[in-house]
Amino acid sequence: MRNRLTPYLFVSPAMLLLITFGIFPILVAAVISTTNMNISAFADWNNVKFIGVDNYTKLFADPDFWQAIGNTGLFAVFGVPAIVVLSLGVALLLNHSQSRFFRSLRAFYFIPAITAIVAISLVWGYLYNTQFGLLNYLFSLVGVPQVQWLSDPLLAKFSVALVAVWRGTGLNIIIFLAALQGVPKEYLEAASLDGAGEWKKTFSIVIPLMRFAIFFVSVTTTIAWLQFFDEPFVLTDGGPLGATTSASIFLYKEGFRLNQFGYASAGSIVLFAIIAVITLIQLRVRRADDDY
Amino acid sequence: MTTDRTYAKRRRALTGTIGIVLGVGALITAFPFLWMLTTAFKPQRESVTFPPTILPEAPTFQWFQMLFTELDFGRYLVNTILVVLIGFIGLMFMAMAGYAFAKFEFRGRRWMFFLVLATMMIPIQVTMIPTYLILNGMKLTNTLVGIALPTLVSGFAIFLFRQFMTTIPTEMLEAARLDGAGEFRTFWQIVLPMSKPILAVQIVLTFISGWNSFLWPLIIASDQKLYTLSVGLALLNQQLAVNPSLQMAAAAVMVIPILIVFIIFQRYVIQGFALSGLK
Repeated sequence: MRNRLTPYLFVSPAMLLLITFGIFPILVAAVISTTNMNISAFADWNNVKFIGVDNYTKLFADPDFWQAIGNTGLFAVFGVPAIVVLSLGVALLLNHSQSRFFRSLRAFYFIPAITAIVAISLVWGYLYNTQFGLLNYLFSLVGVPQVQWLSDPLLAKFSVALVAVWRGTGLNIIIFLAALQGVPKEYLEAASLDGAGEWKKTFSIVIPLMRFAIFFVSVTTTIAWLQFFDEPFVLTDGGPLGATTSASIFLYKEGFRLNQFGYASAGSIVLFAIIAVITLIQLRVRRADDDY
Repeated sequence: MTTDRTYAKRRRALTGTIGIVLGVGALITAFPFLWMLTTAFKPQRESVTFPPTILPEAPTFQWFQMLFTELDFGRYLVNTILVVLIGFIGLMFMAMAGYAFAKFEFRGRRWMFFLVLATMMIPIQVTMIPTYLILNGMKLTNTLVGIALPTLVSGFAIFLFRQFMTTIPTEMLEAARLDGAGEFRTFWQIVLPMSKPILAVQIVLTFISGWNSFLWPLIIASDQKLYTLSVGLALLNQQLAVNPSLQMAAAAVMVIPILIVFIIFQRYVIQGFALSGLK
């Protein structure tokens, strides 16, 4: 009897928290999304009325929502390959030698990933500053006139994404370095004896063996871009003119600034559905890949 | 013989080139932090001049002093440390769950583990409003526990624990049980010590996420007494947009402790990831 209960004793604290704050809220969001719930609910719950799919109809007609979805898609389409290629490249180079110098370089690449986004955004906001920022000064040295890093709608997307790429590579470099440790040395030595160069070894042995790590990083990076929030929140607050408003920023503003809980919940259910579909597609592709 | 020597020579040249490329990349990556540190010691006038000065001409420690005397950063620091400590309780829960998923057969294991993985893809912004309402219902808004609770366990961490703990030989556990050790004692004295590499990773990750947590403290704490460093810092952004030096000093207070923790533990972090089956 004791033995049958044991696993449940071990999983229950974590499962309870996960269900309360991870799974259950989605059901609550689904229910709220069919109501007109807003701040007045805190005064009197009778203010909450069932309104069916009205929130969803309104959402699909809302140009701000589509702009946010479009921005998020754009960030993901450019951001995922950028982060995966960059972190894989740096990891391969860092793995080239196990010398003290190479190992001490690693920490430099990791620090953006581990430091608080608020601190990071303050520093970048200062670098991007048009009045006394360092970046514009450096550009002025080579004759480039003032750049509106955060106030030009197109450029702001790039500036915000650059901070996210800079921050996003660190953890993925760690994951790739870890995976590289799992590549059997014998394979590489055998390939060297057969006369394969560095380039050939990397592309025909190392990268194929890292398929799982690359897949894992691609999926988690995609999800991270679909949830993109912190950088635009602190740097631009979604501006200028909504140019850096991601889906998550849109939800935060509708929910906590405008207190449209029902409307924001409908948006969050749509975001959830999009993420679920994309993740399933990635898993399906992965499975097809395994059949080979 | 000669081919060997030219090969070694070519290899050394390649390593040198890669070293230079990586070194330059590392400097560029770390540059914003260097800029943060030098600015933190500049007098205000110097931090807003154009063209910018690289090193402070009249270094001053006044901004760090101001954070802890005139602004309430001492209190924010204590709150942040408390949130991190609460996070370590969550770490224990996740280790226990990972162990059960790795080493026990039980009814419901499959769907429970599926739930664990599913939570990895659910953005906090989806669950933010309901979670706020739930915490409000539990009367936990405006408490440190309320700040820490929603992110106390993560699917990713449970997944890593499970991946690692499946590699612990079952015979060791059987031996401990035969010797009469209870289940929790087996966990505490056999499983946890054998899981040191993955524990090191998780301790660092838990420390980092607790230390840096921003969204929940921002939403849950309306009382300034409960602000964490990140919320205090974000407010400084709004109030004092004209004094970069003070801002950079505050940012440095947040960044330096985490850097120290990470530099000490980074070797274990990479090792732990390597052993956790992410190959």
